[in-house]
Amino acid sequence: MRQAVFRRPEIGDDNEMLRARLHAIWETAPGLKGWLGTVDHKEIGIRYIITAFVLLALGGIEALVIRLQLAGPDLHLLTPEQYNEFFSTHGMTMIFLYASPILSGFSNYLWPLLLGSRDMAFPRMNAFSYWVFLGSAIFLYSGFLVGAGPNDGWFNYVPFAEKDYNPGFNQDFYSLGMIFLGISTTVGAANFIVTAFKTRAPGMSINRIPIMIWGTLTASAANLVVVPAVSLAFFLLWMDRQFGTDFFQPAGGGQPLLWQHLFWIFGHPWVYAIVLPAMGMVSDGLPVFCRRPLVGHSLVALATVSVMILGFGVWVHHMFATGLPGLSLSFFSGASIIITFPSAVTVFAWIATIWLGRPVITTAFLYFASMILLFVIGGVSGFMTASVPVDWQLTDTYFVVAHIHYVLIGINVFPVVGATYFWFPKMTGKLMDERLGRWGFWTMFAGFNIGFLPMHLTGLLGMPRRIWTYPAGMGWSTLNLVTTLGSFLFAVGILIFFFNVIKSLRSGAPAGANPWGGSSLEWSVSSPPPPYNFAVIPTVASRHPLWEEALDESVARTSLTRGMTLDQGKEALHTSPMDAEPERIVATPEDNVAPFLLTVAMMVLFYGMLLKLWIVIGLGGLGCFAALLMWLWPRRNLLERAPPDRKEPVHG
Amino acid sequence: MAEFARSEPQELPVGPVGRSGPGWWGVAMLIASEAALFSYLLFSYYYTGASALPGWLLEPAPKMIPTLPNTLLLLASSVVAWYGEKGVEKGDRTQALVGIGGAFVMGFIFAGVQCWEWAKKTYGMGTTSYGSLYFTTTGFHMAHVIVGLVILAALFFWVLDDYFSPRRRISVSAGILYWHFVDVVWLFVFTTYYLTPYLGFAK
Amino acid sequence: MSGATPLGYLSSAGSRAATIVPLTWYVLIVSILVCVIIGALVWIGVRRSHSSGGAAETSAAAVARNGNGIRWIWIGVVLTAIPLAIALVWTVGALASVAGSPRRPDLLLDVTAHQWWWEVKYHGDTPSDTFATANEIHIPVGRKVLVRLHGGDVIHSFWVPKLTGKTDAIPGQENATWLEAAGPGIYRGQCTEYCGLEHAKMGFEVIAQPAAAFERWRTAQLQTAPPPATPAQARGLALVQFRCGMCHAVRGTTAASHYGPDLTHLMSRRKIAAATLPNNPGALSGWIQNPQATKPGALMPDQHLSGQQLADLRAYLETLK
Repeated sequence: MRQAVFRRPEIGDDNEMLRARLHAIWETAPGLKGWLGTVDHKEIGIRYIITAFVLLALGGIEALVIRLQLAGPDLHLLTPEQYNEFFSTHGMTMIFLYASPILSGFSNYLWPLLLGSRDMAFPRMNAFSYWVFLGSAIFLYSGFLVGAGPNDGWFNYVPFAEKDYNPGFNQDFYSLGMIFLGISTTVGAANFIVTAFKTRAPGMSINRIPIMIWGTLTASAANLVVVPAVSLAFFLLWMDRQFGTDFFQPAGGGQPLLWQHLFWIFGHPWVYAIVLPAMGMVSDGLPVFCRRPLVGHSLVALATVSVMILGFGVWVHHMFATGLPGLSLSFFSGASIIITFPSAVTVFAWIATIWLGRPVITTAFLYFASMILLFVIGGVSGFMTASVPVDWQLTDTYFVVAHIHYVLIGINVFPVVGATYFWFPKMTGKLMDERLGRWGFWTMFAGFNIGFLPMHLTGLLGMPRRIWTYPAGMGWSTLNLVTTLGSFLFAVGILIFFFNVIKSLRSGAPAGANPWGGSSLEWSVSSPPPPYNFAVIPTVASRHPLWEEALDESVARTSLTRGMTLDQGKEALHTSPMDAEPERIVATPEDNVAPFLLTVAMMVLFYGMLLKLWIVIGLGGLGCFAALLMWLWPRRNLLERAPPDRKEPVHG
Repeated sequence: MAEFARSEPQELPVGPVGRSGPGWWGVAMLIASEAALFSYLLFSYYYTGASALPGWLLEPAPKMIPTLPNTLLLLASSVVAWYGEKGVEKGDRTQALVGIGGAFVMGFIFAGVQCWEWAKKTYGMGTTSYGSLYFTTTGFHMAHVIVGLVILAALFFWVLDDYFSPRRRISVSAGILYWHFVDVVWLFVFTTYYLTPYLGFAK
Repeated sequence: MSGATPLGYLSSAGSRAATIVPLTWYVLIVSILVCVIIGALVWIGVRRSHSSGGAAETSAAAVARNGNGIRWIWIGVVLTAIPLAIALVWTVGALASVAGSPRRPDLLLDVTAHQWWWEVKYHGDTPSDTFATANEIHIPVGRKVLVRLHGGDVIHSFWVPKLTGKTDAIPGQENATWLEAAGPGIYRGQCTEYCGLEHAKMGFEVIAQPAAAFERWRTAQLQTAPPPATPAQARGLALVQFRCGMCHAVRGTTAASHYGPDLTHLMSRRKIAAATLPNNPGALSGWIQNPQATKPGALMPDQHLSGQQLADLRAYLETLK
């Protein structure tokens, strides 16, 4: 059945018959083929979230082992080699395999629901980005499991990463695995950008989109252009190690500092990319519990974008001690201090929202509100390191370790756990246990601050980071013991949270479509949402579609029960980038195993590169080519002229 | 009671029409990311060269033959590919095949000349960081040329097989857009490695 | 504070660090105040008008826009700008006064960082006035000492918190830092760029002495090793030349490898193994026999000397004062 080239979309009312028809069209096929081939963003989002939480648990166990080794002076729980692999793997896991994917998971699940669309712009690419994330996580961890995990910290400075000093497989696993993971990030970023610009419901103009969309959009825009820097750096390192090139080898005219530039050109935007979407979660979640719109919505959106833009220009503040000329030090110092302003705008917007609202204290609210304080603590310690002379003392001590943990746990883990309490009802149709939630929150909050607040002092007293042990008499012993105890308490809090998730999955109270009285479109569909998300495509008239009656601001009302039905097949609507005017009806791809097969072929390719087995590399390459061809073959139902030697296709 | 917002759409295109559709956005994203990759490769060259000792350039006066004609050939192939795209747009299959096939042949010659040039070099990838950068950057570009050639070949056979019409031709437009990108990147690579030494860089 | 925390940098003992200490305190106090204020704002904001409950209470609460509140954002941002501007100006000023190297240093040192020890070279007016030592830097009080940093293998970072902030030692490039001690004392230093297995045990000491004492030390360091005076010392010297000489140098003997620290004046040093162990007979014997127990991964292999050999070796090493 050939598709018409132009069609006027049918307008209809939401009813059972329509829903049944859409359900039949959109449902993922049963069985293994459906499981491997699904392109439903909700399924993919949940897989991302579960995988990332598993990795969070692994990284947490590594952290606890590290903390045991450091609990007192001169302990010998780990050898230096083991310790170095543990702290490097812990960094790699938390920064690359948890912090970013967890946000991709939430964004994946929520974006189409927030935007009033039926799926992402490129559903198959979405599935692909998940499979590659899983494949690269397995690849990276397989190194750790055979005793060849990364051993040079997460930023992997050369020349220590070169073969002369690091002859094992450790760095080959790490470089190839990071290139592999970069593919997932880049594909995901491209998908988010196009989704944000093209798939919004009619009427959802650029000034009406939720802040979480802004957060992930800016993070994705950054990732699209900075991930290549780190992938290239790792590729050049792999070439140095395996083919004797001289990119980073001073003896051959190479530049060890080139690594640091390439890495931090990526690395600094990246650390914003793993907090901005989480800040977006707070900006969208907090107002729901404060029962009023976010104060300064446009300002916060603008601040989000400017943090990212400024974030491109501050990478050198990770390199203040490398002997750079004073002028460039001053420039990067100034830029790093100025980046405080957009963050300040966001913080005061949150505080004003609390003061001008009527906060209802739920577990999710506790996580969101406490995040404001943790954000500020992580922010001011960052501001301290932005001052070059101060940074010459602070850098590479535990002060920086405290800073990075306040940033990543405070601005990523806390909002993410809060977001889980907030959106779990939407994903599962069940509420999480509030009482257990409070216990979990206070345990986490206390454990985290007991563990990491003293760490600032440990750093001010001069404890260098990345040391496997330390002598007594340096003034660090007591503080380290406190940190270790705090980190175990924090781990208990995480366990309570995991337990609460499992318990609520089994026996949570039914949630209904909109348990919190939320304002955005995801609360207008059932919990869990149907596979097609919206039976009729909503037409949006304001920033808070579900609060229009209460706020009574706009002339028109958002239409949720009457609109385009798009039920002539698996269809979605694309709209114009700024004003979200309907532009095009697009056919959404069916389940497809090509993304999975492509990932399997890539894994073969990467293991072949690791072992330098040309036959395996060739096989993997051929497999990739075949899978890509299967993926990209022009769709026949779109053709106007059938290829002469083929019959009409049966599906349509 | 306020009015409900209504969207009363006109006729909308179904799927991609002409050169616009989701696929075009996808290729634009790919190009943005790839362009960034090449800018980091060139940044690596400039950074290493600027901080290197004198005598770092292994070719302080790069030869223009055969690289300059080869560069012009590649740029010309962009025009020929555009001619082929116009052919699809007009529904003229012969013009489409001539254009896409012609671009393929020109790209293929470019790649051959480039390989011959590599073979003639007196230094290798492991000689110094200059050699590493030269071979890696041109190698990355070569990989993109090969991908571009595979795309052109696929388009050629699909056109031969009558897959496209003036209204359904997003694959052609996207594929040829990618080919233009590969050609433009070469201009930057060429300028960096063959022209800047004459302007005194890293002398 | 300095006694209990050898690497703390909230107090200083030299001009370069002294410029930074007040700025550090300033940004620290501003930061603490900001955290307290924000914490209070969040806490009071929540306590003021909250109701407590789960989903039902939340969705039952009315939604209203009580004013738009944007001016509070601007007030907050303007207030934020004041301490930031001070920090920025102060930073640039402090940077101008401590960045770069002194134009006419009183003393020039070359420090090369190796996995996992520090090679220190002193230069005199003539090449014969040049000598090398390891992990212990002596400087005259009140003089500006220029330290040129070299990376011997991987990247390391040179840090003496009481005297100066960090500067990386990077292979293939020469960085400089400088030291000036306000008074005599022993200041601990440490490598702070992760450099492999024993990054944790790559310390050193800076010993600031009055000028006269420093000159005496320097003159002593220029001497070559004395000839052995007893048969035991002679046997020890033979061991040094055949065995230790593979990696170490003792000036005045045939042991002349610079792979490891120079041992010509080993006994003049306070500590061994990059400031890891005190230099006393027990520790030294233990270190020679079994360095891997103290510093697993160190490049010096366990020696497995017989008791006799160790005694001879010790007898000879005692003369290297």
